[in-house]
Amino acid sequence: MFAFVLRRLAVAIPTLLLLIVFSFLLMHLAPGGPFTGERALPPQVLANLEAQYGLNDPLWLQIWNYLVSVVVHFDFGPSFVYPDRTVNQLIANGFPVTLTYGGLSFVTAVIFGVSLGVVAAIWHNSWIDYLAVGISIGAQVLPNFVMAPLLVLIFTLWYGLLPGGGWSFSDPSFWVMPVIALATSYMASIARITRSSMLEVLGSNHIRTARAKGMPEHRVIIRHALKPAMLPVISYLGPVFVSMITGSVVIDIYFSTGGIGKAFVDSALNRDYAVMMGVTILVGALTILFNLLVDVLYAWIDPKIRY
Amino acid sequence: MTKLFTTTALLTALALPALAVEPAEGETLAETQTYTYWLLDAIKSLDPALNTDVEGSDAQRNLYEGLMIEDAAGAMIPGMATSHEVSEDGLTYTFTLRDANWSNGQPVTADDFVYAWQRVVTPETASEYAWYLELMNVQNATAIVAGEMTPDQLGVAALDDKTLQVTLTTPTPYFINTLSHTTTYPVPRAVIEEHGDAWTRPENLVGNGAYTLASHNLGVEIVFEKNPEYWDAENVLMETVRGVTVNDNNVALTRYQAGELDRVQIPAGQYPRLSEEFPDQAVSVPYGCSYAYVFNMGENGPEALKDQRVREAMALSLNREVIVDQVLQGGQRPAYSWTHWAINGFAAPEGGMEDMPMEARLERAAELLAEAGYGPDNPVRLQLQYNTDDNHRLLAIAAQQFWRPLGIEIELNNVEWAVHTDRLQSGDFEVARYAWCADYNEATTFLDWFRTDGYNSGKWSNAEYDELLAEARTAEDTTPLYQRAEEILAEEVPAAFVYHYSKVDMINPAIKGLPTENLRNTWYAKDLYRIAE
Repeated sequence: MFAFVLRRLAVAIPTLLLLIVFSFLLMHLAPGGPFTGERALPPQVLANLEAQYGLNDPLWLQIWNYLVSVVVHFDFGPSFVYPDRTVNQLIANGFPVTLTYGGLSFVTAVIFGVSLGVVAAIWHNSWIDYLAVGISIGAQVLPNFVMAPLLVLIFTLWYGLLPGGGWSFSDPSFWVMPVIALATSYMASIARITRSSMLEVLGSNHIRTARAKGMPEHRVIIRHALKPAMLPVISYLGPVFVSMITGSVVIDIYFSTGGIGKAFVDSALNRDYAVMMGVTILVGALTILFNLLVDVLYAWIDPKIRY
Repeated sequence: MTKLFTTTALLTALALPALAVEPAEGETLAETQTYTYWLLDAIKSLDPALNTDVEGSDAQRNLYEGLMIEDAAGAMIPGMATSHEVSEDGLTYTFTLRDANWSNGQPVTADDFVYAWQRVVTPETASEYAWYLELMNVQNATAIVAGEMTPDQLGVAALDDKTLQVTLTTPTPYFINTLSHTTTYPVPRAVIEEHGDAWTRPENLVGNGAYTLASHNLGVEIVFEKNPEYWDAENVLMETVRGVTVNDNNVALTRYQAGELDRVQIPAGQYPRLSEEFPDQAVSVPYGCSYAYVFNMGENGPEALKDQRVREAMALSLNREVIVDQVLQGGQRPAYSWTHWAINGFAAPEGGMEDMPMEARLERAAELLAEAGYGPDNPVRLQLQYNTDDNHRLLAIAAQQFWRPLGIEIELNNVEWAVHTDRLQSGDFEVARYAWCADYNEATTFLDWFRTDGYNSGKWSNAEYDELLAEARTAEDTTPLYQRAEEILAEEVPAAFVYHYSKVDMINPAIKGLPTENLRNTWYAKDLYRIAE
């Protein structure tokens, strides 16, 4: 296992470097630039701006300087659009917000999704199953861009229970709606995967044997069914977790959280190269890391899996 | 030196304090004086030299104060300058500054203005609004921006701590009107030199406005607190001002209705319902922007658009009334001139297509197209480019439908803003959606756009038009000149003007003092107060 982890890490580093290089090239291929505005800038002003951000260097040198800055100094540079902020500051401001509501959404989605899926599978074809499936379908057909304004309408306008947006680490009332809106559709997917996987496991020979031996049903479920049924769920959870904690532009827009998701989209639209690269690297690194963690978890759950 | 006293200058010369904000009879002040307004997006910069957007300007008007400020109707009234004198030749303005302090207690001096203006035109500052000082015709601004002269050669000088002298290259009738713009605000040299780009962070920012920056959570909210050092602090009632970012207009409206915001823009199409339901809250006032479809007549432009008859046919057949009454529905007005109808002293030329019934317009359009060799059997094929926005999309679809029956086949091309502006600048478009908002309340802010050396993305050029605008710079009466300029635009049709904007907002009736007659919607939190509900 240790050797496997080392091998994966050895592959991860060039993968990340390739991601940086390709993102950098793609970014520069996009029409327009960070200083494209309604009015063409005087050549002298444009030249100064380009010099200030190193955009007048050849592309290979820009990439090299960027890699050195990121790898050696862990400095993602200044934002092109927010002159008084560095990318490090923007990520440091936005990422904790996203991590908080994304992490809570993940936990919520997993707890409710797995519970719904397991319950539906155990009481297969009963009213409980139908109810659980109904809830899942309902959650699935209410994507977060529908859920978000709906929640604001209900909890803020009609009942005045929760703030309609904004963010505060010290006041959990700001977290409730983003978490619900983000968790709902993921919860539905987790419930569906869990249910079908659980049904498959419950119909397998070793479960039949356990029941035939007279083992109580709850022990059958917990000791013999749950663990193998979780394998497909876990493989789904890795990338889901990354996408949840690295921001949802919809949640950021509707609840004005100041999270990293909106910052990423804005950086693309504003051609804020530095922020774009910073967030790309963050998401890339987290994706690689969590895919690795999922593989390790897999091996722990199913000892037959060896890498 | 000859003193020129305009209505506002008379006030200035008397050096009266700005009119104190007072509740009207029967109004009781609320115990908590707070105002929360809506921001669509994060404020990019609080540096007057680097700001380029409306949200930034709104914030900066609270943090700093320029030589002039605007009253509720948009007229210039004294800000930092208590009076000014103009030389006989109209080239030299001498301003006397009031006693005022920065928020750190240091006095505001003429040198702060000199430093700020020089900083704007210094190429190293890379100010995207350096052109504004060129527009003001400040001496040597153009050469400095081009790197041909040094910033200290700019036509601005501190004669002493309280006397600022500005020298222009040419008499500029609208010069005083340009002085409320945020680009002209003073900035604190010592603070900038100490903190560099980070000087606008809440922990560092020093301003001379009615408010200080209490906090700025980028993309979430910005909070201003009353500045005790402000020269007129005793007359400022509003204690706290919050700008709250909500990236979705509909959610912002919901939050307004929940009482979280005091002011929000009404999303397109909802004004009729809201004004009926909340007549004391839904407000529509003229707003100094004009919307147009610009025709590319440059080298890269399509052959068909080089024919005036095609352009005129397109302008004639555009049903503006349907656009404003059935699509926008927010009190906007159909545009038959480029200059916004409510601009100070502007009177649009009479006659023209505005007076023609729609049927007659369509008939004339069909005739013109037939003369040019086009029609339903031989359609003109053009691409209409617009930047991503629901309203632009709806209008483009409407235009496409208006033009199709005549034989003008429009392919819609939706691109993001960065691509749109890039293509406008490089002339890589056929017909493009564009809007211009007034930088100051005078017709040239619009008309200059079509000058041969102006923005003029469509590369239209007309010598008479250029001459008229040059003449207007020194003319006693500019009205006939501007009218003729608009007539030329109507004859030559470098663009099809669509509508003149209005500002359509929901405003909490408890908030008083927001201007409703200021065409640029320039508001100052120091003029506001909240009454008890």
